[in-house]
Amino acid sequence: MESFFTRYRNALVLITVLLAQVIGLAVQVRRPGTNPGDKQGVRLIRSWVIGVVAPPERLLHWTGLSIRGVWSDYIDLVHVRRQNRRLRAQLGQVRLEEDSLAEDARQAVRLQALLGFQEKYIYKTVAAQVIGTSGTEQSHVLLIDKGAGSGLKPDMPVITPDGIVGKIRDVFAHTSQVLEISDETSGAGVILVNTRIEGVLTGNTWGQPQIVNVSPDDRIKAGEPVITSGGDGIFPRGLAVGTVDRIAPNPEGTLVNVLVKPAANLSALEEVLVITSTGSQMPVPMQQDLTQAVRTADILASRLPSANTPGTPPAQASGAASASASANTLPPAPPPPPPPIHPDRYSAGGVPPASDLTPGQQITSTAGGTAPMQAPGPAPASAGTSTAASKKRAPSPHTRGTSPSPTRQTPPHSGNPPATEPAPQPQGGR
Amino acid sequence: MPLLASSRHEVGTQSHPWVVYVLAPVLAIGLQSFVSLHFPAFDLVDLPLLVTIYYAITRREPVSATVVGALMGIAQDALTHHPLGIFGICKAIIGYMAASLGVRLDTENHGSRLLLIFGFTLEQTAIFWLLQRKLLGQPFAWHWIHELVRAVVDSLVGVILFALLDLIRKRE
Repeated sequence: MESFFTRYRNALVLITVLLAQVIGLAVQVRRPGTNPGDKQGVRLIRSWVIGVVAPPERLLHWTGLSIRGVWSDYIDLVHVRRQNRRLRAQLGQVRLEEDSLAEDARQAVRLQALLGFQEKYIYKTVAAQVIGTSGTEQSHVLLIDKGAGSGLKPDMPVITPDGIVGKIRDVFAHTSQVLEISDETSGAGVILVNTRIEGVLTGNTWGQPQIVNVSPDDRIKAGEPVITSGGDGIFPRGLAVGTVDRIAPNPEGTLVNVLVKPAANLSALEEVLVITSTGSQMPVPMQQDLTQAVRTADILASRLPSANTPGTPPAQASGAASASASANTLPPAPPPPPPPIHPDRYSAGGVPPASDLTPGQQITSTAGGTAPMQAPGPAPASAGTSTAASKKRAPSPHTRGTSPSPTRQTPPHSGNPPATEPAPQPQGGR
Repeated sequence: MPLLASSRHEVGTQSHPWVVYVLAPVLAIGLQSFVSLHFPAFDLVDLPLLVTIYYAITRREPVSATVVGALMGIAQDALTHHPLGIFGICKAIIGYMAASLGVRLDTENHGSRLLLIFGFTLEQTAIFWLLQRKLLGQPFAWHWIHELVRAVVDSLVGVILFALLDLIRKRE
């Protein structure tokens, strides 16, 4: 018996080691639906290994940041002034855009409250440095330098200002593992912004995020933005995910997979934000920003010359300021027409809008242009009250015959508009 | 180019300072994790596998090579989200086979080292595929070209790394 163990010692050791690990695998693998966390023993082993690996990585990362900081903060300052000017200009533009969107945001909040829609706002985030990876292609996992001591918990979403990164997988005392959205075992609820198609985002074998099992749709085009839908209960709704890269057929059926180019640069992450707290009420700083944005819009409305077109009500002027704020994204508006030297009823603004007129009413010339004249009899029932109908309807013989007016000016051409058709209004305010 | 061992010197065990045996695995795991963060293409290289092979072919003891391979693999698993033991099984088998082949091959030869690393890299992927797909039922796709490129890169890096580790051995 002794000779057997001596003779096959190597093979027996190999079999023992393999068998122990296979049993260990069987213990770790769980059925779907059970608690996905590791057992205590497995956590302990992971904690030991990360405890050995993380401190040197943290030191190396800190050293690299320090060297880079010394270089960029004290030596490489050649283009700082130019960059500062450009950033100030960008900041001004962003403020204008914020003003233009503030009212929309307030309205959206009111509508959501009316609908009972539970929006999730980000209350608190924790910034963390990425200090390592799993080191293998088969596992898209990051190691960050914040752990349970900073309030991190499993399944907390991890983002950057550009877009989502993943979620916390395992938390240790001073470090945490982050499962990236590019991993095959990850999942996030997303929605295509233009087509409003919802789906589940997961990684493919090449480490690129993709929305799986989507019904083929010609409306899905490359470049369409993708955001989180909030349906997974992890990521708040509306966070940037990326843009549609291309569509690939799903090998397992007639559905397709939509490959997504992530907004966050997953291959060069240095700092991430962990969302540690969310809520359904808009946070106070955001409310203050919105209030400040509306005030700024009012100030701009009073200062911008284009917003103060004569005759424009203050409310429209404010709206005009908001519209001018987004002028960088819209084509330039045509200039308002010059005031007529001899105004008539064809002059801009010379005819009141159709909503102010009564069917059958005649237009009279006034010093400032034209004015409606009281109709002699009751309006015909067929005229109706719809402005659109009176716009489309041709002048009826009844109207012409029963109310001949000497003051009515016949246009010199045959294609004259009916008397009730409003003249084009000046495009002021832009 | 003779690849088989032909003298007692070529099949004799080689030793390193004990510091190397402690530091090399830790450095391999740490560098693999850190360098891949800044150079994503470094994922093609598997430093823990190279250290396992080097230890096995220089010590030529299947038992210790198996245990070292298993420990290296489990440490590698700990940094991933996989269950512990996937890489542990892969590297335990490779450590055992490398140590067994190290007795018969001239492991001082760069050509034999190149072929060994090439073959073991492919073998590790094959075992990984088998465990992931058949044992755990997890998704894992095999792409031949990618795996061949990975094996070639691993072989070239391995030959250079082994030469550097040989320098440490010769200094003692």
